[in-house]
Amino acid sequence: MSKAVLQKLQATFGAAVLETHSQFGDDTAVVEPSRWLEIATFLRDDPACAFEMMSDLCGVDRFDVTPRFEVVIHLNSLSKGHRIRLKTRVGDEDGEGAQVASLVGLWKTANWLEREVFDMFGITFQTHPDLRRILMYPEFVGYPLRKDYPAEKTQPLVAYRTEEEAGVPLDKQAPFGPHEGMSFARNDFTKRAEDAN
Amino acid sequence: MGELKQVTLEPSESGFATTKLDSLLNWARKWSLFKYPFVTACCGMEFMALTSPRFDGTARFGAEAPRFSPRQSDLLWVVGTISQRQAPVLKRIYEQMMEPKWVLGFGTCASSGGFYDNYTTVAGIDKIIPCDVYVPGCPPRPEAVIDGLMLLQDKIATGDRTPRIVKPRFDPAQGHQEQLVQLRTKGFIDGGAK
Repeated sequence: MSKAVLQKLQATFGAAVLETHSQFGDDTAVVEPSRWLEIATFLRDDPACAFEMMSDLCGVDRFDVTPRFEVVIHLNSLSKGHRIRLKTRVGDEDGEGAQVASLVGLWKTANWLEREVFDMFGITFQTHPDLRRILMYPEFVGYPLRKDYPAEKTQPLVAYRTEEEAGVPLDKQAPFGPHEGMSFARNDFTKRAEDAN
Repeated sequence: MGELKQVTLEPSESGFATTKLDSLLNWARKWSLFKYPFVTACCGMEFMALTSPRFDGTARFGAEAPRFSPRQSDLLWVVGTISQRQAPVLKRIYEQMMEPKWVLGFGTCASSGGFYDNYTTVAGIDKIIPCDVYVPGCPPRPEAVIDGLMLLQDKIATGDRTPRIVKPRFDPAQGHQEQLVQLRTKGFIDGGAK
């Protein structure tokens, strides 16, 4: 759909466009984090690109790959009727140095989306006007959507009741069971496969 | 302690009935539950179905009137998922309610956290506040909630404060087929030997 945009990006920015691919009508460009803002500005302001709208901004934790994090934006052009996906990769294997320029100056919707990515992955958006947690509470330590955040780790704001306080056993009866609901996310699939055999 | 006995006097008769003050109070309490709906999630839709005319699940039990101040209510309906961020609010609401007070956990999320088994969610409101009746279901059928409300009324009448869980009317995973066979053999539904 917007292969012309990809070609234009490569012609304008050369080596700063690390890779491109087009699949199922979606065109993607992976670019240098240092030129993130510059390329985004070009995509918005160039009359042939004219991406007036940012549909989405999200983060990806690739965990065992360096650079570890990906910041992905989806851009839409209402006047041209095309769209593009733009990615950049930041951060070393410990998640340090995950910094990229903020796009709030270009699209206002980036404000809360960047706050969410910061909240969930700990990616810092430089020059963001108000970079603080948006979904989690300020007391929360760590970044919950990083792959090394333990799945069962909670950080309660209120101390949980003990059985002494409650005066009754707090173990769940049927149908809730000892696993507090449906903890299918923590199934040991290797063991289940062995049990099945 | 049981129900108050209904005594009808003929015009020519006279008489009096005796009861215990506790029984009378509990009888009054169980038929005039003022609810505080703490509705946070999709179970709220089922809560609306429950309170609307088709099921009429609260007015029939004297529990219709909602009070949006915890100080005026004695039954806290926790309807939906409680996130860690909401937990302090829920606890404060509970603490502001006047004694005697009861809590009904509406749905699997309020009862056990459901499938939100991660950093965001409190795995059941009993982690924070006492819960009298758990109603499982995602969301529970209005019938299940009515079962829960009647269970709570029984608990109030007997002064029992141990947590109780509404039992499913039948467990689809166990014995459903057996029940169908039984119903067919008894001739209640088609498709079997009469």
